[in-house]
Amino acid sequence: MPGRRKRTASQATERQAVALTARRLGPRDVLHVGSAGLRSRPVRVVLSALGIAIGIATMIAVVGISASSQAQLLQRLDALGTNMLVAKPGEGMFSGQEVKLPKDAVGMVGRIEGVEKAGASGDLQHTVRRSQMIPEAETGGISVKAASLGLLGVLRGTTASGTWLNAANGRYPSVVLGHVAAERLGIDRPGRQVWIDDRYFTVVGILDPLPLAPEIERSALVGWESAQRLLGFDGHPTAVYERSTDASVRQVQRLLAPTIDPQNPQNVSVSDPSEVLKAKAATEGAFSTLLLGLGGIALLVGGVGVANTMIISVLERRHEIGLRRSLGATRGQIRIQFVTESLMLSGLGGIAGVAMGAAATAVYASTGGLPWVVPPWAAGAGFVATLAIGSVAGLYPAVRAARQSPTLALAAA
Amino acid sequence: MTDTMRSAENPGLAPIPGPTPPPIAGPALVAAAVPVVELRGVVKEYAGGVRALDGVDLTIGEGELVGIVGPSGSGKSTLLHIIGTLDRPTAGTVAIAGHHVASLTDRRLSALRARHIGFVFQAFHLAPGVSAVDNVAEGLLYSGLPRARRRRLATEALARVGLADRARHRPHELSGGQKQRVAIARAVVGQPDLLLADEPTGALDTASGEAVMELLHALNQEGATIAVITHDTEIAQRLPRTVRIRDGKVVADSARGKVVV
Ligand SMILES: Nc1ncnc2c1ncn2[C@@H]1O[C@H](COP(=O)(O)OP(=O)(O)O)[C@@H](O)[C@H]1O
Ligand SMILES: [Mg+2]
Repeated sequence: MPGRRKRTASQATERQAVALTARRLGPRDVLHVGSAGLRSRPVRVVLSALGIAIGIATMIAVVGISASSQAQLLQRLDALGTNMLVAKPGEGMFSGQEVKLPKDAVGMVGRIEGVEKAGASGDLQHTVRRSQMIPEAETGGISVKAASLGLLGVLRGTTASGTWLNAANGRYPSVVLGHVAAERLGIDRPGRQVWIDDRYFTVVGILDPLPLAPEIERSALVGWESAQRLLGFDGHPTAVYERSTDASVRQVQRLLAPTIDPQNPQNVSVSDPSEVLKAKAATEGAFSTLLLGLGGIALLVGGVGVANTMIISVLERRHEIGLRRSLGATRGQIRIQFVTESLMLSGLGGIAGVAMGAAATAVYASTGGLPWVVPPWAAGAGFVATLAIGSVAGLYPAVRAARQSPTLALAAA
Repeated sequence: MTDTMRSAENPGLAPIPGPTPPPIAGPALVAAAVPVVELRGVVKEYAGGVRALDGVDLTIGEGELVGIVGPSGSGKSTLLHIIGTLDRPTAGTVAIAGHHVASLTDRRLSALRARHIGFVFQAFHLAPGVSAVDNVAEGLLYSGLPRARRRRLATEALARVGLADRARHRPHELSGGQKQRVAIARAVVGQPDLLLADEPTGALDTASGEAVMELLHALNQEGATIAVITHDTEIAQRLPRTVRIRDGKVVADSARGKVVV
């Protein structure tokens, strides 16, 4: 150190020729000066970041909860499969004309390439009641259907209790109840009897819910042959259900109608029950805009809090600003320092908010048995929003700090 | 004059015949040397009509140690701020290390301060909660030097002011005198052409103040050009050159007086 300042005059002139250019601060130094104010006032940091955190947490939770509900539906849909199609008699060419599916529709459909299982149900006009005494008009919205033995397999249905229709119980007046039908009839276990047409049928099984076939859930199902023998069923199915390989679903969809009715394929209407669930999942995914708006307001209030904190910070740190200017900081570097501080402040709030929102979603999901989903785009958007708020909130205080006269800032201790 | 006697008494201090030449420069180079500070007819008026400086001419050459004295409110701080390019004059010209301040943008002035000027303040202005060595390193933050280099130089500067063993201490763990020495280390860590100190001993007891002044004398002997404002006549008397200000005017300059006499 000693002597290093001793220079010759020519060196001095040389040095003077060096252009005066302000050096940039590296990213690390920007972070360093930007965080200096925060490190010295941790309590204030926490309090002013809290507003932002609450706003972001609300928004993340709103989005996360609806995403979790949607994920649950889609998961269920995945289990139910999206490879089942239903063929029903369509509207006839002439209105009012009754269209029937051929008796062997199940066999025809089963021969389509890619179809793995097929089954059918046939509507009956009869009603089902707890007993003969109950008036016929009180159907409770329950219909009676003939069911092919393969129907339950196609639907991937299971029995909650008892058994499904089979060759043995099909010989007697037996009935299987969909879970809605069982509930409405007040029957909770097999062995009970119900009155259909002119005789009692024994309940041999009660089904679990069938989200893909709500019409079966509301039915009392009688074996195909018994229905023909005891209830005057004509043997024409009114709905053919088929399950194909995933790859051949579209192909089967095209072939179903022409296979069932080669002459008048327009008489057969084909539907995909999973579409309904998909649509439902889509509406579950649409979050409440009201709650989202509340989160937005909290965020805005948080942003005002950050701006306020920043203005106070600039006022309190007049000396520091003056000192930095005397050390050679440009106005731009002072601005960057305070904008960085504001960004870090709101960014901290944002990170905390995302964590809080994700935690709230996790609590909701675990209590409701839903899968836990926080869409990354929501977390990303929340964080970007906080950075936008931070830069807006920090800009005015930063400009004020940079405009401050360094001499005033250093005056009066 | 007293100044001449003082220089004679103190052989360590190079005799300063005029405003410009540093002791080691030969006569041929003296003419070419650029004064570190050159003020011509500097006027500073504050809003409200206060004329804090009223036609100041002042030249400080390389290697000088100049005391600026005068009553309170006479314009000493204003003068130091203008020399330090923290403020611009209302009228007159200011050249620092050969750079004409009027022609420089705020950005370039900042670069000038970063490279050529170090400041020491009465109130120290150390960052609270930050270690001494980090406070010193802040002096190089705007220099463009890499971080590791800044820290190394800061450690050296701290050793130079006799506080090597206090590097990890934070300001509240240091005495007033030690704080001011940290502030001096921060001001000189970038080897500025000019060190400006505004009442550096104003907040210190006599002993600490003396230690600080001793440090400034030593730095000056190593070649630093220093301008120091002081209230203390005793301190002022020990300085090789004093400039007396009253009502914004230079009323006495021991160097000039000597030339004139
Ligand atoms: N920013 C300012 N605005 C207006 N007047 C000022 C300002 N700074 C200093 N002054 C005035 O200028 C004069 C010189 O002040 P100053 O340079 O601080 O004196 P000193 O440092 O010698 O005590 C005083 O009258 C003071 O009130
Ligand atoms: Mg003053």
